[in-house]
Amino acid sequence: MATAPRFWRQNPSRYNMVGIRCNSCGRNFFPPRAICPVCHRKSVGKMEPVKFKGEGKIYSFTEVHEGLDEKASMRPYWVAMVELDEGPKVTGQVIDCDACDLEIGTRVRAVLRKLSEEGPAGVIHYGYKFVPVKVK
Amino acid sequence: METGIVSYGAYVPRYRITPEEIGKVWGVDGKAMGKGLMISSKSVPGPDEDTITISVEAARNMLKRVSIDPQDIGAIYVGSESHPYAVKPSGTIVAEAIEASPELTVADFEFACKAGTAAIQTCMGLVGSGHIKYGVAIGADTSQGAPGDPLEYSASAGGAAYLIGSEKIIARIDHMYSYTTDTPDFWRREGQMYPSHGGRFTGEPAYFKHILSCAKGMLAKAGTAPKDYAHAIFHQPNGKFPTRVAKQLGFSDAQIKTGLVVPQIGNTYSGAVPIGLAAILDEAKPGERIFAVAYGSGAGSDAFDITVTDEIKDFARDKAPTVMQLIENPKFLDYAHYAKFRGKITLGRG
Amino acid sequence: MRKVAVIGVGDTKFGELWDASFRDIGIRAGLSAVEDANISADKIDAVFVGNMSAGRFIEQEHIGALIADYSGLARDHIPATRIEAAGASGGLALRQGYMAIASGLHDIVVVGGAEKMMDVSDVASALIQSSAADQEWETELGATFPSLHALIARRHMHEFGTTREQLADVAVKNHRHGSMNPKAQFQKEITRETVIGSPMVASPLRVFDCAPSSDGAAAVVLCPMDQAKKYTETPVEIIGTGQASDTLALHHRRDIMTFDATRVAAERAFKMAGVTQKDVDVAEVHDNFTISEILAVEDLGFFKKGEGGKATSEGRTSLDGDVAVNTSGGLKARGDPIGATGLAQAVEIVAQLRGKAGKRQVKDATIGLTHNIGGTGATAVVHVFRRV
Repeated sequence: MATAPRFWRQNPSRYNMVGIRCNSCGRNFFPPRAICPVCHRKSVGKMEPVKFKGEGKIYSFTEVHEGLDEKASMRPYWVAMVELDEGPKVTGQVIDCDACDLEIGTRVRAVLRKLSEEGPAGVIHYGYKFVPVKVK
Repeated sequence: METGIVSYGAYVPRYRITPEEIGKVWGVDGKAMGKGLMISSKSVPGPDEDTITISVEAARNMLKRVSIDPQDIGAIYVGSESHPYAVKPSGTIVAEAIEASPELTVADFEFACKAGTAAIQTCMGLVGSGHIKYGVAIGADTSQGAPGDPLEYSASAGGAAYLIGSEKIIARIDHMYSYTTDTPDFWRREGQMYPSHGGRFTGEPAYFKHILSCAKGMLAKAGTAPKDYAHAIFHQPNGKFPTRVAKQLGFSDAQIKTGLVVPQIGNTYSGAVPIGLAAILDEAKPGERIFAVAYGSGAGSDAFDITVTDEIKDFARDKAPTVMQLIENPKFLDYAHYAKFRGKITLGRG
Repeated sequence: MRKVAVIGVGDTKFGELWDASFRDIGIRAGLSAVEDANISADKIDAVFVGNMSAGRFIEQEHIGALIADYSGLARDHIPATRIEAAGASGGLALRQGYMAIASGLHDIVVVGGAEKMMDVSDVASALIQSSAADQEWETELGATFPSLHALIARRHMHEFGTTREQLADVAVKNHRHGSMNPKAQFQKEITRETVIGSPMVASPLRVFDCAPSSDGAAAVVLCPMDQAKKYTETPVEIIGTGQASDTLALHHRRDIMTFDATRVAAERAFKMAGVTQKDVDVAEVHDNFTISEILAVEDLGFFKKGEGGKATSEGRTSLDGDVAVNTSGGLKARGDPIGATGLAQAVEIVAQLRGKAGKRQVKDATIGLTHNIGGTGATAVVHVFRRV
């Protein structure tokens, strides 16, 4: 699992879904990147951090039975590819959902949860997971 | 200047376990236990939740209801007896998660179940003296009872956050009064996983002495009587204690009803009075007066005389879930899953 | 550019090789390839080694030098290079070997691939394999390597109606082929029920939808086409090579149901080879998961997008089908020692084109293809071979 500095560096993106927009073409990206893959060098100096709302819909999902050992206490758990409203897709766990709730297209929103820890004496990593949005 | 509550937000984890279920494992009549405690279920944090994630949820709910710039928050204090780190504050992570960093002060508080109200007092001081514009006080816990111990039936998880300021106050804190002594009724030594307690010693010389003394001191300071308050909330380690102390002071069941959430969610320790107060604010009307007394083992009580203002009419309460909405869709666990989630089963690895 | 031929091949059995160390298996495969090519050590100009993660599996980096040393070639100070691209390490090593000869820089090169996966726990192995995906934005967030392929499978089923049974038929076919391959890790046939009844890994993928972890090594010897007959009666020419990359994270792809890297690598290889999909008789494709083979046969252009599952169930990728896919048993049944896989695929194709594939021989196999993937499709490499 990630070491403290490597994880900490990404905290704005992990805690608050901070991504980046290329002001040359208007595309949104997550996580932040230095260069737009479409505009290439034209994007240098034009990349602007942007905070995504953390809301989107499920593009695909799976129930993980053989997880990475860290997650042993959560097995099985759900992982989804989520398409954020602003465009980019992200990968994350879906929690607070009952077994049959999820479908392609289910709306979800990001919340902060523990992702992992560097052992019982190590740093705890927090980041986004998703919960289904109850349609009123 | 007037200082008080500008916004609030709460969070309670979805999982629950009943006293019957716990009793089954330990050969105890769990149902009777629950009846005696006036607890029908307690909340259980998921394996990926802790005091920090609960604090963040509560703080984010608090911010959803107002439109302030989080950069104007000058202080964040998280009060808990289950901070994930013994050294490294919960509050810094909350600060980053609500985008209040970096121009603010942060510290973690501990005073058993009244760490959250101590945080409110501190924010009142910083705001009231003009040093900061807004302070955030959070009481949150993922408390543990040792396996088979009576506390296992009530120790639960949850939290609430309060935005303290001097503008657009929805509930004015007019008086604060505290009563503190050195009374070792319940404690946990560094390195110990579970707390210890003095059994019946936690009753009369601890909970009751401090709440009664504090409440009487507050009534005297404010020059009021119980009938002057629409709502009252006393620390709720179970349903019996606050009901009894309310009666002893002259408060009615009706006055404490709204804030009494312990029957469904158990004792959320530092979250207990903050969540109960949130439940009251979810329904309170302008002009109503609230009498709140927290208790923390060790021991001390903090009392607040709160008056709801007209501002609450414009308050966007609907932008975040109310306490009732937070607890309305629980998921019940058996003891095995509860023990797994709470780390009570040692995984046997170095 | 010079034309390049394969003049020798060698491999170990794949499986749980408890008595063999990494050095043992690497040397064994290389030695048998060199013996097959009938060349002497002093003729070898360079060694290329594909290996994904010896650093984490056996705490050993610097694999190029290690292999040269234990092959006895270090005293000749032979250039030795390790190539890494997760699962495509072997295929990329093959391409590097090809380039060394095609460019005229070297005349005889040995290209091998090896992985020793069984010396760590299953849990550690899963973690190491997940480093083929995006560590920061997939693995850290809870996605295991199989779960990423499960995301692909579910979407593929949603969009194209691919069924659970069609996925199973990939594994059934590959085990049937594996039962005819004495070097395969698994040599027993299975049924659809075996697959569908096996424990869930990441829904909808079950244990039998996933290739195993394995120890193993494979190697080939390459030389310029115009020198090949000096060494072997049955050289096989590499007539096309194509490689492509794509975004590391699956969620950044243009379309998660298509490995664009496969599509582009194949286009490049076919163009260079001057042949098309119709000409291919036998193909070793990257079936680390059943869904991966379905994507592969679609993205290589053998079948239309969305029809890979149907084609499999209809037998069109079986030994006597339109194109015989994974006659060795594929990653699923032959085994998948990660860095070795790309070379093992080449060993099988060469055997097929030489007519040496025994019970699983494809009749009159003339054009063969290997397809090797890294991660969830971030690297793809395709080679086209022709019987000489």
